[in-house]
Amino acid sequence: MPSATIRTKMPEQDPKERIHNFNEVALGYSKEDALKEAERCLRCKKPACVKGCPVGVDIRDFIALVAEGKFVEAARKIKEKNNLPAVCGRVCPQEEQCEAKCILGIKQEPVAIGRLERFVADYARNMEETKRVVTGDKGKVAVVGSGPAGLTVAADLAKKGYQVTIFEAFHKPGGVLTYGIPEFRLPKEIVQDEVDKIKRLGVEIKLNHVIGKIKGIDQLFAEGYDAVFVGTGAGLPRFLGIEGENLNGVYSANEFLTRVNLMKAYKFPEFKTPVYVGKKVAVVGAGNVAMDAARTALRLGAEESIIVYRRGREEMPAREEEIEHAREEGVVFKLLNNPVRIIGNDEGFVTGMECIKMELGEPDDSGRRRPISVEGSEWRLDVDTVIIAIGQSPNPILLNDTPDIETSKWGTIVAEDQTGRTSKEGVFAGGDVVTGAATVIEAMGAGKRAAQAIDEYIQKKVM
Amino acid sequence: MYKILKKEVLAPEITRFKVAAPEIAASAEPGHFIIVRVDEKAERIPLTIADYDKKEGTITIIVQAVGFSSRQICNLETGDSFLDLVGPLGKHISTEGYKKVICVAGGLGAAPLYPKAKSLAENGAEIITILGARTGELLILEEEFSALSKELYITTDDGSRGRKGFVTDALRDLLEEDSDIDLVIAIGPMVMMKFVSELTKPYGVKTMVSLNSLMVDGTGMCGGCRVTVGGETKFACVDGPAFDGHLVDFDEQLRRQRFYARYEEEAKVHGHAGGEYQCHLQQ
Ligand SMILES: Cc1cc2nc3c(=O)[nH]c(=O)nc-3n(C[C@H](O)[C@H](O)[C@H](O)COP(=O)(O)OP(=O)(O)OC[C@H]3O[C@@H](n4cnc5c(N)ncnc54)[C@H](O)[C@@H]3O)c2cc1C
Ligand SMILES: Cc1cc2nc3c(=O)[nH]c(=O)nc-3n(C[C@H](O)[C@H](O)[C@H](O)COP(=O)(O)OP(=O)(O)OC[C@H]3O[C@@H](n4cnc5c(N)ncnc54)[C@H](O)[C@@H]3O)c2cc1C
Ligand code: SF4
Ligand code: SF4
Ligand code: FES
Repeated sequence: MPSATIRTKMPEQDPKERIHNFNEVALGYSKEDALKEAERCLRCKKPACVKGCPVGVDIRDFIALVAEGKFVEAARKIKEKNNLPAVCGRVCPQEEQCEAKCILGIKQEPVAIGRLERFVADYARNMEETKRVVTGDKGKVAVVGSGPAGLTVAADLAKKGYQVTIFEAFHKPGGVLTYGIPEFRLPKEIVQDEVDKIKRLGVEIKLNHVIGKIKGIDQLFAEGYDAVFVGTGAGLPRFLGIEGENLNGVYSANEFLTRVNLMKAYKFPEFKTPVYVGKKVAVVGAGNVAMDAARTALRLGAEESIIVYRRGREEMPAREEEIEHAREEGVVFKLLNNPVRIIGNDEGFVTGMECIKMELGEPDDSGRRRPISVEGSEWRLDVDTVIIAIGQSPNPILLNDTPDIETSKWGTIVAEDQTGRTSKEGVFAGGDVVTGAATVIEAMGAGKRAAQAIDEYIQKKVM
Repeated sequence: MYKILKKEVLAPEITRFKVAAPEIAASAEPGHFIIVRVDEKAERIPLTIADYDKKEGTITIIVQAVGFSSRQICNLETGDSFLDLVGPLGKHISTEGYKKVICVAGGLGAAPLYPKAKSLAENGAEIITILGARTGELLILEEEFSALSKELYITTDDGSRGRKGFVTDALRDLLEEDSDIDLVIAIGPMVMMKFVSELTKPYGVKTMVSLNSLMVDGTGMCGGCRVTVGGETKFACVDGPAFDGHLVDFDEQLRRQRFYARYEEEAKVHGHAGGEYQCHLQQ
């Protein structure tokens, strides 16, 4: 099979233009691009790529369908394993998952599996009506949280014939897909579309329901639910615990991104929630969340957006593509620097941040080299906004209300990996609330396994 | 959708709504609040549950029009609905075991104070109330408080009703006279709560305040409502909104409340039209 050694490029918005809008950065393959890229796949007998996908998408077969121009069939093939291909095609860390395992990657560039997945999902988006499933009578399941884990459990169980109700704390479903990942990386229309499809399966979504406050898990059982799935994510922001962190102009990445994505502050004052962005913005951290915050700040008019990270380039946890996009857009990286305090004026607004230079020492528990501060190397960075993006833990509201669910010392739920089963009878959990902040596809994988286990659990109980 | 069953104007710019919300009413306790959104473009606005009726399945909120969003709420009528209403949020407060409590309300603070005073009274506490306002016509819930209080004092800044002066003037006299007060609850503007807390401190009387910090989600996921209490950072929406007034860093809270002052003006001026903010995105 003739195949190019380099993968087919995906058209993107020009960085100079895109920093003035919230439209999607990556524009997606055309039909021709997709056909060309699909041709590169070797149709391996034992496809290694599949092993890299947490939900085991039939990559070889869907790509073969793409090559034949059967795009809708290809989408159907993916959907056997993955309910949210339009989302995963965009935000999966493919370079560490499916594409990392692709055999072509040994000598040349791996097949652009994510781009192909995105293409077929978008192509088939409006082509296929989800079959309306009449809500089944196999049992009633409550799902807490409407992020990727919750949506996956709900869809799978509805298809199996259960009556499923999702309870979501926010006024919009989708979890991080809605409030965290920005529009320019994942258009909210796509998330809404996926949610609508799940609703068409007969799943009911009750918004504005904070479980643990309006009602507890025991009450859900009392109301007749046979099982409960907890997919509440890792939404509790961590702060640095340094001086000046409560000054005006210091945000958690969660607050900053929620104001912009969920509350549409970028359309203020048409939408009534404001967001303050100064001229110079420092973002502390170097994960996907930090990249999203830094790039969002530029789009809101910041003249400079600076990533401050205590380790080096190698250690940055964000996806390669996100780091590259951030750099193209003009985000500045001050690596090997750690904030020591935030400085403010008399009115309590941020005017600067004191940082200290760092060196890398021996590897720590995480396997990454431990940063050590260089004595006497403090310096001042003049900024008027600081966004803290150093990680999140599970929100304790539900867990405080349900002390009989066992948790770890990190506040995550202890659940069996293969089933999601927790220490509390009939309660299953999966996604970030179990693993700590991870990825969309891992949350979906956990959701899939839990749906299977919940089905078995309820069927056993009925018999 | 959460339907408004009854609307009453209590004072200029202050409106009381009874809303059908059976599940929230069923779980509501003193100290809880809700967050409402009027329409698709609206802000999430925190409001205290000023009263609730579990049997009837209703909650009462009292709203003061101070800016765009609160005015938008006050313009709703009986029969209209809130698009979103989430709650009960916050930590409920314990109202048991108190013998003698002074309740201090500044202006609209009477609304969030009421369910706490009511519950304290039901649990056997003797209630002394001080209601303060800028001017007489802004006093609210006078009858309700008078019904559950042994003594009721009124102060107004301009002297148009009751004693001319601040709530702290009346409170100082009471603290001087009476040494067996076991709790002061003060709810009102941040400055008022600050001065009340400073006043009670030398008397060693436990003082509870309820903070109206800026909030987004109200569930502990944004940290926008952070407040320093006893040197530690707390989230007002989940650790509060009620805190020990002697431990709260009020000056920090006063500064944080001013964070969005500039934008409030803009929201008001621009109404629904796109403003300066949008234009620069389209450049
Ligand atoms: C800014 C950002 C960028 C990211 N970028 C990527 C990326 O590019 N690729 C990638 O793979 N991953 C990315 N991630 C991580 C990924 O989004 C998460 O791992 C994934 O969303 C976890 O899914 P989940 O279903 O476990 O939880 P979530 O998506 O967090 O959803 C949990 C839901 O539960 C709700 N909830 C919480 N408590 C309650 C309660 N008590 N009652 C009712 N509802 C409740 C929440 O409101 C939320 O809607 C990113 C995360 C962030 C924050
Ligand atoms: C837990 C909690 C309970 C509350 N309970 C009630 C209640 O029962 N009834 C009620 O009327 N209000 C209550 N508030 C305050 C209410 O949420 C604000 O008045 C409202 O958000 C103002 O929005 P706005 O757009 O109308 O005003 P904006 O235009 O945002 O502001 C107008 C003016 O109000 C001030 N302001 C803004 N936000 C607040 C705030 N959170 N608290 C106090 N002043 C503010 C501003 O500094 C400004 O001067 C409560 C707030 C919290 C956090
Ligand atoms: S779901 Fe993610 S990991 Fe799996 S094939 Fe698709 S892009 Fe790759
Ligand atoms: S490993 Fe690569 S080449 Fe082989 S089937 Fe998978 S995508 Fe195609
Ligand atoms: S309002 Fe977001 S954490 Fe309190």
